Amino acid sequence: MDQGPGRDGAPVNVFELVWAWLTDPENWQKNFRDLGIPARILEHLTYTGLAIVFAVMIAVPIGIYVGHTGRGGFLVVGVANWFRALPELGLVILLVLAMGVALALQALTIVLVALAIPPLLAGTYSGLRNVDPEVVDAARGMGMRERDIVWRVEVPIALPLMLGGLRTATLQVIATASIAAYMGLGGLGRYVIDGQRFGTLEGYTMMAGGAVLIAALAIVVELTLAGVQRLVVSPGLRNRKFSRRETRVRTKPVEKTEVAIS
Amino acid sequence: MRWIWDHIEELLATSWVHLGLALIPVLVGLLISIPLGWVAHHWRTARAILVPVSSLLYTIPSLALFVLMPLVLGTRILDPINVQAALTIYTVALLVRSVADSLDATPKDVIAAATAIGYGPTRRFFAVEFPLSVPVLVAGVRVAAVSNISLVSVGAIIGVGGLGLYLTAGAQLTPPNYAEIIAGIVLIVLLALIVDGLLVLLGRLLTPWTRARAGTVRR
Repeated sequence: MDQGPGRDGAPVNVFELVWAWLTDPENWQKNFRDLGIPARILEHLTYTGLAIVFAVMIAVPIGIYVGHTGRGGFLVVGVANWFRALPELGLVILLVLAMGVALALQALTIVLVALAIPPLLAGTYSGLRNVDPEVVDAARGMGMRERDIVWRVEVPIALPLMLGGLRTATLQVIATASIAAYMGLGGLGRYVIDGQRFGTLEGYTMMAGGAVLIAALAIVVELTLAGVQRLVVSPGLRNRKFSRRETRVRTKPVEKTEVAIS
Repeated sequence: MRWIWDHIEELLATSWVHLGLALIPVLVGLLISIPLGWVAHHWRTARAILVPVSSLLYTIPSLALFVLMPLVLGTRILDPINVQAALTIYTVALLVRSVADSLDATPKDVIAAATAIGYGPTRRFFAVEFPLSVPVLVAGVRVAAVSNISLVSVGAIIGVGGLGLYLTAGAQLTPPNYAEIIAGIVLIVLLALIVDGLLVLLGRLLTPWTRARAGTVRR
């Protein structure tokens, strides 16, 4: 188990080994040992995408409802903070064991969805809560129906914070998906787990190579989502600071809400 | 349940190890991020570098960062320092921005008043600007502490994980020892909640003026 640099002071350049591993064409195609890096990336993205789609379908409607009506807001924020304390490794292990290896993928997806919901919910909720009440009143005064107020006024204004929640959720899911390999599933975490079994410098090279790929995947996805955010957010909202604004005099009494955004 | 009672002492001892793995990084990270945040607050160029770099570091999943630490530090893979260094990076990444933002938010009048009664820049920072940023700092430290406590357990995959080792050890038995896994999860959540509660209390003790204001001026 004592792998890694500095073990017996041998002057091996591990960086070069990792680079060689990452650029070895054999690792990029299917071979006797592994499906290959592209297939692992695809697995990782499939786990992530699947979970995010389910989580969005659950969290966004609830967040919009709670944000629009203001009912149960403290619950949403409380749940989001509580979930941060849950050890994702424990959840993955427990659920995969409980549901059985045959249903490992479903078990993983449930955990990933559960972890993605709180940030999405908190982002959507605080996004809608931060919409200036005067804007909503103006929309109502113009005779817009509640549905149109939600979809044509509140959601577009809330979009930056909603997408912020999506980014947090996605990162959380990518990170947790790399743990999935521990319970026999695929994804880029495979390299970290399999490399560890070798217990040699070669094994550590594989672990570090996998870690580099996981980090790179997370960064690329994050930058992509940041780019998407720039594209879809209304130009009128750019460069505006979204912060808690409790000092505004409200035309309609709104109960004091604590909005916590991580 | 029986398993838990049989191992209660060991569980408690591991809880302390777990806390050390999670909270020493919070402390070190805090000490690093205060000066860095101050630098980011004062120089635009520094902020233009520090903020994106820290959010990029924050993006890296914990398992990947743990595994990469030996490359950066030259440590062995099983060295707990790897986990602590990685968690310190997350803490700094999280806090630098809150420190800078909260220093930015110091009201101009307050700074002018402090200058007017003869405070130099150093004294003003320690007596006025820094205390005023404590509430934001406490909020950041709470997030860092709670997520570190949960993230330490990921280290169990590479053999360093405090209570996380119960998760992996329980899973490797046939049949799996559910009591051990559940005890690990529950203790991690409990530690997080206790530490979070203590930090809230500490924040209140450090900022008596926020309560005085909340009591008298109500909008």
